[in-house]
Amino acid sequence: MTAGLDVNKIRADFPILAELIRNKPLVYLDNAASCQKPQAVIDSIVHLYSHDYANVHRGVHTLSVRSTDKFEGARTKVKDFINAASDKEIIFVRGATEAINLVAQTYGKANLKAGDEILITAMEHHSNIVPWQMLCQQTGAILKVAPINLQGELIYDEFEKLISDKTRLVSVVHMSNALGTINPVKQIIAAAHAKGIPVLLDGAQSIPHMTVDVQELDCDFYVFSGHKLYGPSGIGVLYGKQALLEAMPPYQGGGDMIRKVTFEETEYNVLPYKFEAGTPNIADVVGLGAAIDYLNAIGMDKIAAHEAELLDYATEKAKQIKGLRIIGEAEHKGAILSFVLDKIHPHDIGTMLDSLGIAIRAGHHCAMPVMDFFKVPATARASFAMYNTKEEIDVLMKGIESLIEVFG
Amino acid sequence: MFDDLRDLYQEVIFDHNRNPRNFRVMDNADRKVEGFNPLCGDRLTLFLRMDGDTIVDASFQGSGCAISTASVSLMTEIVKGKTEQEAEDLFKKFHEMTTGKEEQINLEAVGKLAVLAGVREYPARVKCATLAWHTLDAALKNEQKSISTE
Repeated sequence: MTAGLDVNKIRADFPILAELIRNKPLVYLDNAASCQKPQAVIDSIVHLYSHDYANVHRGVHTLSVRSTDKFEGARTKVKDFINAASDKEIIFVRGATEAINLVAQTYGKANLKAGDEILITAMEHHSNIVPWQMLCQQTGAILKVAPINLQGELIYDEFEKLISDKTRLVSVVHMSNALGTINPVKQIIAAAHAKGIPVLLDGAQSIPHMTVDVQELDCDFYVFSGHKLYGPSGIGVLYGKQALLEAMPPYQGGGDMIRKVTFEETEYNVLPYKFEAGTPNIADVVGLGAAIDYLNAIGMDKIAAHEAELLDYATEKAKQIKGLRIIGEAEHKGAILSFVLDKIHPHDIGTMLDSLGIAIRAGHHCAMPVMDFFKVPATARASFAMYNTKEEIDVLMKGIESLIEVFG
Repeated sequence: MFDDLRDLYQEVIFDHNRNPRNFRVMDNADRKVEGFNPLCGDRLTLFLRMDGDTIVDASFQGSGCAISTASVSLMTEIVKGKTEQEAEDLFKKFHEMTTGKEEQINLEAVGKLAVLAGVREYPARVKCATLAWHTLDAALKNEQKSISTE
């Protein structure tokens, strides 16, 4: 389809794509919820447990050394993938949600007081709303929300006006999971930095779709989940600039995050271990490393080009369907097609398409304020990944047309 | 094209979805309860007018999927004229039909509600069908608050 991206070869690497769903070939278009896994990721976990597994950072025995090498090797892969300055800036957590909670409960608690402000946007996922609300309850800080327009774009001027002398942190989504909107994050970061305010980027959706360079972006924190990057579920990353992480208090206490413990006092470990209490999710970190190897071999730029082509194709086809309304028409947009149909509830769309083997998401996408803004209870969402094809989009559109007919 | 779904989406369900019965605000309602399914965002407001322990009128407002709209529409029709006890018994039978064991199902006992029996095979959709009844249950118990399927 796109020069250089051999989609058939990629598809062959994902065993689940050969599944039949309700006796029909699977058309998997729920990638914004979670991506499927290539054989290389599955094999890396099996191989670790079969040949190299022991606890990390512990024993002097051979397996512990092997396991630690693989675990720390994966950290370096993550560092290189997002171009962080140092391995010390890569903290392994359960996912983007835990990463945001970590920042709220460490950086936030240490630096915010009553009357201070946290600035987010109206298109955030609940995971970039609720941790801040909890922090506000604890500290008396105030959550400010920058508005969006009917295309689903941030109203940048309003956003900039909301940056005040009291703003202590800006936390924005890089790419919206409900709308597909890609925010002007470089502009946002520059504006916040002009007033000395750090910026957290929620990269859960952006990371599988584009090249991310945290140094070029100059963001202070960047968070993402492994399972949306073709890696395992239950593993994610908090990137933070080293100086900020050094100054932050630890998140959880326990083993691995300490250097010296007595009953009188405890000396915390150095970065990144200060934030990694307890035995980590070793196997899934290794799996995440394998996912990054897999993506590097293909090339993020090629993936982005292929997905842009898919989105254009799907958008054009969707616009030809009478009674279909696209929710989220930002000029700068990732491979997400959120839509509603006249008089047909998204849940009915979801069940009907499932009977044809098509997996989409129907619901509020953990972004209830976005649904409220567009005055819909829910949307149907098709979200694309590197292994999707135009033929699959044809199957989706034919399915939508047929169900409209059935509902009459 | 959707042959597999014929048990779930029967014509009666499409009919009630297109033309929901008793879809109106009731100004002189004795009971008014909101039902909410946080998983899908479905919301409904159920209104009841009582004469002693008999439901003399039932109506609803709200938005939901075809299954949930048909379920509440059918329910408002069937409970009119029933006593609280009769309505609760029907709720129990409906619940057994949608979530209970195979041998508990008594399609005759639920009358035209039997068209919703198909949701049994779709665990993700059972709550769409039962939201109406949980809301009715709360209204009959005179719980003046929002109820949720979760």
